[in-house]
Amino acid sequence: MVEYRIDRRSGVATYLQIVQQTKQALRMGLLEPGDRLPTAREVVEATAINPNTVLKAYRELEREGLVEARRGLGTFVRATLGTGPADSPLRGELADWARRARAAGLDREDVAALFTSVLKEHFEGEDDR
Amino acid sequence: MTKDTALEARLLGKRYGGRTRGWALRECDFALPAGRICALVGPNGAGKSTLLALAAGLLRPTEGTIHAPAREHLAYVAQDKPLHPRLSVADTLRMGRELNPGRWDDTVARRITEGGGFSSDTLVRELSGGQRTRVALALALGKRPELLLLDEPMADLDPLARHQLMGLLMADAAEHGTTVVMSSHILTELEGACDHLLLLHDGKVRLDGSVEELLAAHTLLTGPIADLAPHTVVESRTTGRQLTALVRHEGPVEGPWDTAEPSLEDLLLAHLRTTEGAPA
Repeated sequence: MVEYRIDRRSGVATYLQIVQQTKQALRMGLLEPGDRLPTAREVVEATAINPNTVLKAYRELEREGLVEARRGLGTFVRATLGTGPADSPLRGELADWARRARAAGLDREDVAALFTSVLKEHFEGEDDR
Repeated sequence: MTKDTALEARLLGKRYGGRTRGWALRECDFALPAGRICALVGPNGAGKSTLLALAAGLLRPTEGTIHAPAREHLAYVAQDKPLHPRLSVADTLRMGRELNPGRWDDTVARRITEGGGFSSDTLVRELSGGQRTRVALALALGKRPELLLLDEPMADLDPLARHQLMGLLMADAAEHGTTVVMSSHILTELEGACDHLLLLHDGKVRLDGSVEELLAAHTLLTGPIADLAPHTVVESRTTGRQLTALVRHEGPVEGPWDTAEPSLEDLLLAHLRTTEGAPA
């Protein structure tokens, strides 16, 4: 089960934060096909956001074919995303790289900026969602 | 009023006392769709509490009409949260059950009072302001209303309790489709939770509609000073050669500016500053 964290100051629409965090959980293998997403009630009780926002996020995930709503049962994961489960070699290499960056004296923000600029260079023009 | 509308006002007006007094509310026209979480905002004296008391049926309109669900399907929590000081919390909830036969939801009421740091045999007069708020909200939600009217519900709660109670309120709305109207000054409390907005100023409705549509209808722009026509300017400021403006756009905004969709806070602050008639 995933738990959503809503950042009201991020400038990213709340429903999009839920979409992104769900996708992140799918990429990391924290959510697998067959898993149930929390109900709208569970999400809003924990986050104090509007119920329709959660439903909008789930509809978007459904539209993208990642989850499916089963009447009276809940919303379930249908597909997985990407090739980066928590223990993949790519993750290991990235972790290595982060350690080297830190050893070289870069702080968190330097690393984030560097990473973002490389991402931008290699994924130019792609939907950033 | 159709069954898809939870609250509807037509040319609603209220004047306290004689003809010499001013209008607390005048020419209010709006229809709130059922199932919405509506933020009622406006500066002090805008008429928010008057509107809520009219909706609750505690005041009679001086002119016009307001349609709300019948008394037993409506709950109202006033700003001063009137509760019987000599009753215990348990007795207060028991009274709620007896006054609402067949509807009372004890689980919800208990869920709200638990976690408030007081036992159920505590007397109401011994509770802190925030604890009284919990009991008042428990009574209101235990009634399982179709329409819940809250006047500054979270004002005396600490941030943690506020988040928790807001969560319970949203969960109740998710489960039962309750329509909620809440007045508040705490904009961050409303952002994210409310999907409908009613902005009052000087007894009049200044903005009314779904938050999503209102935000999409406005643009926040910054850039060089240039003519903003044909857009309707809500607020504009210039600093040196730079212009910052919030407009209600007519068609796409084309010009030398950086544009963005405003946040609910941007929108409210711009409208409030303008209606105040004073520069920020």
